Amino acid sequence: MKLLVCVSKTPETTAKISFSDNNSTFNEAGVQFIMNPYDEWYALVRALELKEAAGGTVTIINVGPAANDTVIRKGLAIGADDAIRVDSEPKSALFVAKQIAEVAKAENYDAIFLGKETIDYNGSEVGAMLAELLDVPYISFGSHLEMNGNVATIARDIEGGVEVAEVETPFVVSSSKGMAEQRIPNMRGIMMAKRKPLKVVPAVECEDFATVVSYSMPAAKSEVKMLDPENMDELVRLLHEEAKVL
Amino acid sequence: MQANGKGNGLATHSKGAKEDRFQGHDYYNIDELLEDDHLLARDAVRTWVKQEVSPIIEDYANRAECPTHLFKGLAEIGAFGPSLPTKYGCGGMDEIAYGIIMQELERGDSGIRSMASVQGSLVMYPIYRFASEEQKMKYLPKLASGELIGCFGLTEPDHGSNPSGMVTNIKDDGDAYILNGAKMWITNSPVADLAVVWAKDEEGVIRGMVVETGTKGFTTPEIHGKWSLRASITGELVFEDVRVPKENVFPEIRGLKGPLSCLSKARYGIAWGAIGAAMDCYDSALRYSQERVQFGKPIGQFQLTQKKLAEMITEITKAQLLAWRLGTLANVGKATPAQISMAKRNNVHMALEIAREARQIHGGMGITNEYPVMRHMMNLETVLTYEGTHDIHLLITGMDVTGFNAFK
Ligand SMILES: Cc1cc2nc3c(=O)[nH]c(=O)nc-3n(C[C@H](O)[C@H](O)[C@H](O)COP(=O)(O)OP(=O)(O)OC[C@H]3O[C@@H](n4cnc5c(N)ncnc54)[C@H](O)[C@@H]3O)c2cc1C
Repeated sequence: MKLLVCVSKTPETTAKISFSDNNSTFNEAGVQFIMNPYDEWYALVRALELKEAAGGTVTIINVGPAANDTVIRKGLAIGADDAIRVDSEPKSALFVAKQIAEVAKAENYDAIFLGKETIDYNGSEVGAMLAELLDVPYISFGSHLEMNGNVATIARDIEGGVEVAEVETPFVVSSSKGMAEQRIPNMRGIMMAKRKPLKVVPAVECEDFATVVSYSMPAAKSEVKMLDPENMDELVRLLHEEAKVL
Repeated sequence: MQANGKGNGLATHSKGAKEDRFQGHDYYNIDELLEDDHLLARDAVRTWVKQEVSPIIEDYANRAECPTHLFKGLAEIGAFGPSLPTKYGCGGMDEIAYGIIMQELERGDSGIRSMASVQGSLVMYPIYRFASEEQKMKYLPKLASGELIGCFGLTEPDHGSNPSGMVTNIKDDGDAYILNGAKMWITNSPVADLAVVWAKDEEGVIRGMVVETGTKGFTTPEIHGKWSLRASITGELVFEDVRVPKENVFPEIRGLKGPLSCLSKARYGIAWGAIGAAMDCYDSALRYSQERVQFGKPIGQFQLTQKKLAEMITEITKAQLLAWRLGTLANVGKATPAQISMAKRNNVHMALEIAREARQIHGGMGITNEYPVMRHMMNLETVLTYEGTHDIHLLITGMDVTGFNAFK
């Protein structure tokens, strides 16, 4: 099986978030970045498991600048065979999907894995756009995947339950929790990753249909009021008059 | 990001009740001096510690029990001899990567770091440096994979800071040597499969050898009652007419420089490791100072608390720079034993001071196992003493700069 896994870089979950340029640019200074956990823990690891069971290759792809190489190396350290980086800022979901589609068209992957979303922008768009551009089926939010020959049985989370779908290769699948378990790279893997091929390719043109106007922070959490557990009247009064939820 | 990290369950991995909220601290952007593999190694070990060590360590330390199941995990992530060649099943990494691994392990607990330093620097390293190729192939891959656990016997009941006075000895007996004597304070000894032992031959010259446990006359009683390094197991090595096959004795190396070269390796790792313990204490104190309210404001708003925290991060930053520079010297084989002494002494003392100050910031909570600080503090009392005491390292620096030997 020839598998492609799309990985992206996201701020570390405890990073301090701020914006500049009139709140239209996310301030990256001092922010630590990690591989998007849905890509790393679920998409990549499930692809590696399939390769380990049935043979084949796992390639990872990232659309981003050279600074993303650390994240790419981590994917190689966890076990991917090689990597491709499309050398450009990932301007929008469509831009990213277009770049990956361009690479994938030439390579005939049996399946393309990605995370259900990135934990920063939470767009959940790239997978669907990519499948459309490649004209292949798309299964989103997969939480379990079994391959039988060229047929994949994928369980996907739906509101209040699970839907099971069957799809033939080639397809695109986005992965959510349950798909696999996180793997920690070991020191040998980290050293081997240094010697694995990382191909850098230029980006292709892509029209942008949307631009970011501004970002804003969620409202600060209000202060916590501690009440004497005996004082129920006061609690009811506050819920009425201050919180206005009663 | 911050807001949704918690909600989707991605912010934490800890299996235990208490969440390990540790974040690294890099005030001088020293990360920019590091390479990808250093950052990846740090990330991997930090993740492993958060998953495997933090949820259980307070309990094991409390019960004074060694979490021996972690030997397997340490081997799997590659913490045993990471800078030794891949040919022997090791990592083939550089000295900075090795240091960073020790830092992250000690961030979890000095005892866990000790499990790895002894195996890697004090057992695998001397076998790699001094044993025959046959012996290397016999032992190193199994030590790297954790199939075999080793210990290092230098200290004796009556010879600690002065190991050259050792009385443990070997006598030639045809195809074997007969080993007699006792070693004291030996990390991992009760659970070890083999020991690297230093003993004097009939000419009074120090020789090194591998002695397998289970050999007749060789016992490893455990030492109980430690208030420090409680999650690490310590014991004795007792030799009563133990037959050591001649091929197990290191062929070339003679004298104290044998064990001292291993200690240099381990001390180098400790210079990094101590930064981990210090960072964990600082990290916990910083968070506590922002959350704990007294007199109507977070205690971090009081100048005296700020003084403590500001001095802590200053000292951590200095220690990081010392370790990083020592690492670049070690990478090209230029770190001298005296330079390593300086870093070990400075960084361990720095960590112990920070643990004490951090303990104060936590108030009464600081003495409990709700926070890692008191455990680190007690551990660091050992780290200050083993691998050459604080004062002995001072005298090494003194000798290096004055040319006068204060030991004699
Ligand atoms: C938990 C633990 C684990 C250990 N693990 C190992 C191990 O795996 N293998 C191993 O071989 N050893 C190990 N050790 C032993 C350790 O290295 C020794 O404890 C250390 O070298 C000090 O020796 P000592 O305890 O005999 O103290 P001593 O040498 O008796 O020192 C007592 C005090 O006298 C001071 N002193 C001694 N000589 C001088 C001098 N010339 N000038 C000024 N001051 C001096 C010392 O600095 C110290 O403060 C371990 C120790 C501990 C506590």
